Amino acid sequence: MCTVCGCGEGETRIEGHDHHHGHTHDHPHEHAADTPYRVRPAGLHGNLHYGLGPAHAHAPGLSQERMVKIEQDILGKNNSYAAGNRKYFAEHGIFAVNLVSSPGSGKTSLLVKTIEGLADLAKVAVVEGDQQTSFDADRIRATGAPALQVNTGKGCHLDAHMVGHALEHLKLADDSLLMIENVGNLVCPAAFDLGEAHKVVILSVTEGEDKPLKYPDMFHAADLMLLNKVDLLPYLNFDVAKCVDYARQVNPKLQVMEVSATSGQGLDAWMAWLMQGLEQARASRQQNVELLKQRIAELEARLAGQV
Amino acid sequence: MSLAEGILQIIEDAAAQQGFARVTEIRLEIGALSGVEPEALNFSLEVVLRQTLAEGARLVLETLPGQGYCLDCGETVPIQALYDVCPRCGGARVQATGGTEMRVKDLLVE
Repeated sequence: MCTVCGCGEGETRIEGHDHHHGHTHDHPHEHAADTPYRVRPAGLHGNLHYGLGPAHAHAPGLSQERMVKIEQDILGKNNSYAAGNRKYFAEHGIFAVNLVSSPGSGKTSLLVKTIEGLADLAKVAVVEGDQQTSFDADRIRATGAPALQVNTGKGCHLDAHMVGHALEHLKLADDSLLMIENVGNLVCPAAFDLGEAHKVVILSVTEGEDKPLKYPDMFHAADLMLLNKVDLLPYLNFDVAKCVDYARQVNPKLQVMEVSATSGQGLDAWMAWLMQGLEQARASRQQNVELLKQRIAELEARLAGQV
Repeated sequence: MSLAEGILQIIEDAAAQQGFARVTEIRLEIGALSGVEPEALNFSLEVVLRQTLAEGARLVLETLPGQGYCLDCGETVPIQALYDVCPRCGGARVQATGGTEMRVKDLLVE
């Protein structure tokens, strides 16, 4: 968690977007019902009444503390942005996946291969998260797919607010695929919902097979694990079965695919998984459109009856 | 650090709504499986709360125990980590169901 790595807000840069926060946002909040006790404001005679709270502390010289119920999730704000993103994706039939891994697992290479493989099947856009540089977005744009780089500065993860801004810039096509490549980090991104349909964790076989146990939060949060660079297995002492066992110990429902961006092994299964998700997103958008049409027809009929 | 900033934001929102100027105690509920390191959170909060209405506030962390549902025994069991096996049957098919919370519970204010 970022409580460990010390990352903070305030240095985020989105390509083509200066993020100085001169503008205000609507931040929906849910607060627990207002607590009824307050200090009565100074009245006509300038009296201040401190005895209204539940503790009724009347001892002179002692300030009266009162308790305020909060009951709010610390990540509540991020979650409300994530809900906004999720709604946007649903309305536009967009299938969004959040790719998470440690640095150097081959996320960007895998993305490039995936975009090339899906070129005739789907529109793909990419949000790239890195602390600095736009190298990754440049690599994606070389494939012809629209990409936007988000630099998190000192931040160690993307949050839903950054992704929301990225969406404003990217202007995604309806029924398209959005790949969000998170900052390379197996810790913090686990806790931050971006509004995606699934988190996909990428682990390469050049790393240790015990990573799922070392970084359990991430493997717990993901729905699919891509075991990348399997073309290198003959040269390594990496125990695939053990790795999968460890991962399922953390997350019994985790799906696993073995892939190699270099040799192309397993990419068909991965792309089929993406297309299936995209089809579902498209179908549910269609269904919503049909329901809306039906509703409009009903309302028009009612209106016609009134006239 | 982001969490500490989130906590400050919650406190400031509550202060604006409920009209208090000083926070003397912050009570947090942190699940054992939430991935929050209490010491690190303590440290970040101390830094983040400097020169705010909650500077120097006492921090009380209430740890909520981890709970999981074992798919093999069909029982809710206590667990200490996400990768723990079921203490009843030793199976690994345990899904975390409790102890992942991180919430601001309440504040003592003046």
